[in-house]
Amino acid sequence: MLTKRIIPCLDVKDGRVVKGVQFRNHRDMGDILEHAQRYAEEGADELVFYDITASSDGRVVDKEWIRKVARVIDIPFCVAGGIRNIEDARKILNDGADKISVNSPALEKPEFVTELAEAFGTQCVVVGIDSLHENGNYIVHQYTGDEEKTLKTSRDTMAWAKRVQELGAGEIVLNCMNQDGVKKGYDIEQLQAIRRSVDIPVIASGGAGKEKDFHDVFTMSGADGALAASVFHTRQIHISDLKQYLRDLNIPIRL
Amino acid sequence: MIAVIDSCGSNITSVLFALQRLGADAILTSNPEVIKKAERVILPGVGAAGTAMERLKEQDLTHCITSLTQPVLGICVGMQLLFTHSEEGNANLLDIISGRIRHFTPEKDKTIPHMGWNSVTFENSHPLVKDLPENSYFYFVHSYYPQVSQYTIGECSYGDRFSAIIARDNFMGCQFHPERSSKTGAVILRNFLEMPA
Repeated sequence: MLTKRIIPCLDVKDGRVVKGVQFRNHRDMGDILEHAQRYAEEGADELVFYDITASSDGRVVDKEWIRKVARVIDIPFCVAGGIRNIEDARKILNDGADKISVNSPALEKPEFVTELAEAFGTQCVVVGIDSLHENGNYIVHQYTGDEEKTLKTSRDTMAWAKRVQELGAGEIVLNCMNQDGVKKGYDIEQLQAIRRSVDIPVIASGGAGKEKDFHDVFTMSGADGALAASVFHTRQIHISDLKQYLRDLNIPIRL
Repeated sequence: MIAVIDSCGSNITSVLFALQRLGADAILTSNPEVIKKAERVILPGVGAAGTAMERLKEQDLTHCITSLTQPVLGICVGMQLLFTHSEEGNANLLDIISGRIRHFTPEKDKTIPHMGWNSVTFENSHPLVKDLPENSYFYFVHSYYPQVSQYTIGECSYGDRFSAIIARDNFMGCQFHPERSSKTGAVILRNFLEMPA
C-alpha cells in the first residue's frame, strides 16, 4: 500500500541550515549533511531543502551542497527556492536532486510550470502554494520568503491548484500561512478542499506541533504527505517515534 | 566496470552516487563499444518512454542494448524501455521482454503519478531480490506501469496490480528507484552487482 510521507523541510542559507523567526534573524542550525543524514536514518521519507539565499535577493548562489547531499543521501529530496529558469532547474536535477519546487516564478509566468514538465517530466515538478485564509476565501500569496516583499495575489488557491495541475505540476505543497509557525495543527479544511480539487499528490505544510497533528492531517484531509520543520529540528518530535505512533494507529507508514 | 547508459534522464547522478556508495566502478557512457564490453549495464531513465526511446535511436543504441548478454538493469523508464509498447505517446519500445506499459486507471482518491513509498511482494527467489523481506518498501514515481506477467519477480499494487521488478534471462528491471529507496534499494543494487556476469 502506498504510504503517507513524512517530510522534514530544511531552510538553507549560504550552504548552512538556518532557522528564522518570522522571516528574520536567521540562526545557524548546523551542517546540511549532518541534518540530512540524521533525518534519512531516522526514517524520513523525503527531504525538502528550501534555499532562502536564492529567493530573497535573486543572485546566483553556490549550490555545491546539492551534490554533496545527493552523494550521501539515499532517499529522495526536493530543492526549492530561486529556480527561475530551465537552466537553474537542470543544474539542480543534474546535481542529483529528485524534484524541484517552484512558487513565485510560477505565479509570475504560469507557462514556466509547463516548460519544466516538458523538459524533465511532471514527476519532478512540484509547485509550492502559499495560501492565506481570509474572510472565508483562500488567497494565494507571493514572495513570502521576505516579509517586506510578500504580496497578496488575485488568485484563488483552489483555482490555482487546478491550473498548475493542468500546466504539468506533479505535486503540490500547500503551505497554509495562517497555521505556519503556530504549531496548532494543519489546516484540515483547506487541505481537504485542495485534495478534492486536484488528482496529483498534495503535501500539507504549516502548523505541525504534535504527533496527533500528523494523524489528523492524514485521516481527515487525505493529504499524501506532511511537511514540517521546527518540530523536527528542535527534536520535539522524533521521526522514528512519530512513524511508529502513526503505524500503531493504522496509518500506512513505511517503517 | 559498470556502464551506466547516458540516456539524459535526470536521475543519472543519483544512480552513479548510489553505485559509488556500494564501491562499484561505474562510468556514464553512450558509446556502444564501451557498453558492449562492460561487465554490467544499467539503463536509467525518467520522463516519457517515447522520448527516451527516441534518444536511444538517435544515439544508435537500440541494437547495442538488445544484443547485450551481460546483466542489464533498467530503472524506472529504463525498465519500461525493455518492453514491447507503451501507451504513453503510443511508443514502440525495445521489445526485449514481451509486454505493454499502461496508464494507471483513474479512480476516486487515487492520485497520479503514483508517488512515494509502496510495498512489494516477491514472486520467486530470483537473485535480484535476495535478502529482501516480503513487503519491502521502495520509492516510486510514475504514471505508467508494466503489466504483471510471467516475467514479474516483484509485484506492487496501486489500484492496478503491476510489475515492480521484472527479469528475463540477463535483462532485469525495477519500476521504483533503487538509488533513492534507502537500504532496501541498496540491497537490489548490491544483488545486481554481485550477480555472476
